[in-house]
This record gives sequence, structure tokens and C-alpha cells, in this order.
Amino acid sequence: MSAPDVTLTKKSAATTPRRSTAAAAKQRLSRPWASLFAVVLAVLWTIPTLGLLVTSFRPVADINSSGWWTVLTDPTFTLENYRNVLSPDNAQSLAPSIVNSVVITIPAVVLPMFLATLAAYAFAWMDFKGKNVLFIAVFALQVVPIQVTLIPLLSLYADMDIAGTFWAVWLSHTMFGLPLAVFLLHNFMREIPAELIEAARVDGAGHVVIFFRLMLPMLKPAIAALGIYQFLWVWNDLLVALTFAGSSRDLAPMTVSLLNLTGTRGSQWFLLSAGAFVSIIIPAIVFLSLQRYFVRGLLAGSVKG
Amino acid sequence: MEAADKLVQMVVALVAFAAVIGVILLVVHLLERRGARRVAWWFIGPTILLIVVGLVYPALHTIWRSLYDAAGTTFIGLGNYADIFTSDDQLVVLRNTVLWVLVTPFVATVVGLVYAILVDGAKGEAAAKALIFLPMAISFVGASIIWKFMYEYRFYDPAVANNPRQIGFINQIIVWLGGTPQNFLLNSPLNNFFLIAVMIWIQAGFAMTILSAAIKAIPAEITEAARLDGVSSLEMFRFVTVPSIRPTLIVVLTTIAIGCLKVFDIVRTMTAGRFGTSVVADEFYTQSFSAGNQGLGAALAVLLFVLVVPIIVYNVRHLRKADR
Repeated sequence: MSAPDVTLTKKSAATTPRRSTAAAAKQRLSRPWASLFAVVLAVLWTIPTLGLLVTSFRPVADINSSGWWTVLTDPTFTLENYRNVLSPDNAQSLAPSIVNSVVITIPAVVLPMFLATLAAYAFAWMDFKGKNVLFIAVFALQVVPIQVTLIPLLSLYADMDIAGTFWAVWLSHTMFGLPLAVFLLHNFMREIPAELIEAARVDGAGHVVIFFRLMLPMLKPAIAALGIYQFLWVWNDLLVALTFAGSSRDLAPMTVSLLNLTGTRGSQWFLLSAGAFVSIIIPAIVFLSLQRYFVRGLLAGSVKG
Repeated sequence: MEAADKLVQMVVALVAFAAVIGVILLVVHLLERRGARRVAWWFIGPTILLIVVGLVYPALHTIWRSLYDAAGTTFIGLGNYADIFTSDDQLVVLRNTVLWVLVTPFVATVVGLVYAILVDGAKGEAAAKALIFLPMAISFVGASIIWKFMYEYRFYDPAVANNPRQIGFINQIIVWLGGTPQNFLLNSPLNNFFLIAVMIWIQAGFAMTILSAAIKAIPAEITEAARLDGVSSLEMFRFVTVPSIRPTLIVVLTTIAIGCLKVFDIVRTMTAGRFGTSVVADEFYTQSFSAGNQGLGAALAVLLFVLVVPIIVYNVRHLRKADR
């Protein structure tokens, strides 16, 4: 496990002189209290997650009668909670909502990413009437909070006869994800040297060919970064899912099922703890394996605006 | 519906999407072969259509609906907005939102900044950063469950000898220190801060990552010169680090502030907005979907819109200035 690879920023290319400064700064800062403070923060930040993780492996009776820290003196572990959560024949099972989460997320990432790449290409490398006005409008629409759109969309979906289907959820995530994705991908595309595109044009390549042969391969890191961002957003989303999928077993993703579990009387921690970790583990794996892309996207997104 | 049916439905959707896009691109390709130059609309058309249908039209419709009453039948002008700024319940919602927006960005940024500086160049920097950053990958719902368990309270009566054991870590620490366990999520207005703590826990990692990159991008000559002048580490922080990363600091503060304005998941999962913890984004949901007050719900959504705009405008303007 490695931390975000922050040296990806262009400005820090001059790493050699920096090292010595960092070492010097480190010398100044590595007083005992500074390290102690850092360790205390790290522990504070880790304990909550650790506590629930340990709990997810404890027997139900233990969870309700003693705190998770008692495993230090009385270690009893079980996989029963995970079995409860994952087995499809169990009434309390979260298995259907895991499937729902997957079924919701994949198209809700693929659709906006592909549409946004197409649009970003046109904004970056094609000339057409009203291009600037349209681009500014798309950029500005990032400010629209999705709350503003929910109720009209609900009735629109009802008119289209797709209310209460995956289509309502997919379409909503696509619509909400587009403005940011178009804007960021456009920025990445503008960084590609114009000569490359012109050379291809001179060679007689059309836009479709340039898009597939030049842009997609060169933009792989940017698309990956945004794809992870959109993936985390959709997988972790509650509001869109609650509005358009509701609590039905056929549609509700993990976040909605977990929310419903917290609402039950006398929180069922044995289900909640295991369920929470099942929902956390998938984005965590995606995130950790692709985080160098993600941090690059994060930096591009927030530093460039 | 069986799992297999759902997966089939997903594959069908993906294939249908690919087919539509494939046809569009094929048409463009053929048009280009024939010497057509104006093909841009084929590329942006689907996106513009979806944005108009999914964002522009609904936003305008909601603004219009916010001028109607609870049932959405009688025009009442700005009545819903008057309600937001006068009724006692709604004033609590506004107060809570202000608390979130004022407290979270500053605490999360300070924690992230201090941590980024402390671990910068230290041994195990990568692992140390990963620990703080990991909450970023956890859903707000997951994070709220994690913290709800930290705050968990078991009934406690100081007059009785054998109370049940606390299973929430914070209450156990209070017991160890000889105090009385608290039901953290019940007592307003203090419970708002316990909800805000969850957001700080998540956003500190975001602040740390962005700020750490900015710190590493400070030109070595500047820090070197300051060091030769013999500044202390505190002076270095105050006069070199903070001014150099000021634009990034503002981006981080405003980004977290926007996140706090829109916070819904945490409030919904922790308290569902009860016990005086509702915020604008959560109250929108309650009014629209549980209380059945369509007009007030729409007005709250519009208010959210109105509150977000100045922060983003400020952010963009500031970036423009920094670019020059």
C-alpha cells in the first residue's frame, strides 16, 4: 500500500534540489513533539475504522455485550456476520443490493465518460458556431446542485415510463456527471500539442479516426482518473439512489440498504459492521490499485478549477 | 428479480449504448469521407441534450415550483422563502448549515495542512498519508456508520451499580476517565458538532493530499534562502509556506465548504435530520419526500443553489487572478 503519488504534478519535476530542502526541513521539524503529534493524528484517524472492522468479525452476542477493544484480552472471532450479509438465501442478506450496486455503477461510469470524451474532443479541437458560449454554459452548470433537479426528473421518468428502473438511475448519474467530466477532459485535451492533430489532418484523417487513434490512447490516464472519480461518486452515492431506486430489493444499492439498516430499532451492528465493510472494500481496492491516476485527476480538478 | 436478470439488463443497456454511439460515429465518418466539415454537433449533441433535459429544464422547473404551495397548486409568490427565514424549525436548519460551512472547512484544512507538513519528507511518508487519506474512499454512509458506532450509547444510570457495558469507544473512554456516558446524537445543538466531526474526518485527507502537493511545489530556492536567513520552523510556516500555497488553500477551503452546503448522506444516516440536526440539503429531502411539502422542498433546493453560486464564482475568479 503506498500513499498518493503526489510527485505527478509538473511543478515538482525538479526533485533533486528539493530533496535536500526536504531533508533540512525534516531536520527542523522532526522534533519529538512533531512526530508524536503526527502519530496521535494518524491513530485518531484510524481507530474509528479499526473499531468497526474488528466488530464485524465478532460474534453477535459479544458485539452487544462488550466493546470491540475487549478482543485484546478475549479474542473471539467469527465469519458468521459476513455469511449473514453475503448468503443469498438469508432474509437479512445484502447480496441483492451488492448486485444492484454493480449493475448501477458500471453503466453509470461508462456512459458519461464516453459521452464526455466525445464532447470534450469537439470543444477542444473542432470549430463550430457558439462553441465558447456552449462551453462556458457546460462549465457553469457544474454549480447546479442535484437537489434542484430531482423532482422534475422523477415526473419526467414517470412520463417516459422508466421510473423505478435502472434506466432512471443510469440516466441521472450520466446527466449529473457530464459537466465536470467534459470540462476536465477538455483541459487535458488542450494539453496535447496542436501539431499532432494538424499533422493527422494533413494526412487526411477525419475527426473520428483522430478521436480513436490519437485521443483515446493519449488520454488514457485522464480518462482513468475521471473514471475512478465517477466510480467512487456513483458507488458511494445515496441521494440519487434513494430518489430514483428507492428501497426496493430489486433496485436499491448498498448505500440505501445500509441506511435502512441504521434506521431499524436497536441498530443491528452485526449486520451493519459486516455490510459496511463489504461496501467499503470494493471502492477501496479500485482506489488503492488506481490511486496514482486518481490523485492526478484530483489535483487537476481542484488546482485548475 | 434474480441477479442474473439484472446483469443481463446491464449488458443489454451497455450494448444498446455502444450501438447508438457506434452508429453516430459511423455516420460522422462517412460524412467526413464525403468532405463534410461541420460534424461537431454529432460529437456534442448527446451531451448537450442530456444536460438540457437533466439539468437546465429541471432547475428552471424547480425555481417555478418553489413559488407554489405545499400541494403545488396555488401560487404563493415568495411565501416558501419567507417560511425558510422565519419559521423556528427552518431557522434551526439554517443555523446548522452555517455551523457546517464555517467549522468544517477550517478544521479539516488545518488538520490536513499540519499533517502534510509534519510528514513531509519523513520516513514512511507514503504510509502515513494513506492512513489519513483512506476515509476519502469510504462512502459518506459507510463513514457515518463507522462514527455512529463510535458514538454508540448504552443506557446509563449513575444511581445504579451494574449498568450495561458501553460498546461505543468514546463513551467507554468517558467511563474509564470516571465520567458519565452521553447520548451524543440526542442533545442539540451540541450533536451538530458530532456530525460535523465525521465530515472533518473525511475531508482532512482531501486537504492533506492537495496541500501536500502544493507544499512540494514550492521552489527550493525560496525555502533554502529562508533557511539560510535562519528562520524558525514556525516562521517558515507563517512567512514562506502559507503565502506560497495561498491559492491552493483557498481552493481547498471553498471545495470543502461547497461539500458542506450539500451535505446530505451524513445527516440522513446519523440522525435522519431529527434532534435538531437537519441542514438545508437534508431538509429538502424531508420536505419533498416525507413531509409532502413540494413548495418548501423546491424553495430549499433553490436556496442551496443560491448559496453555492457565490462560493464557486469566488473560487473561479480567484483562480483566474492566480493564473495571471
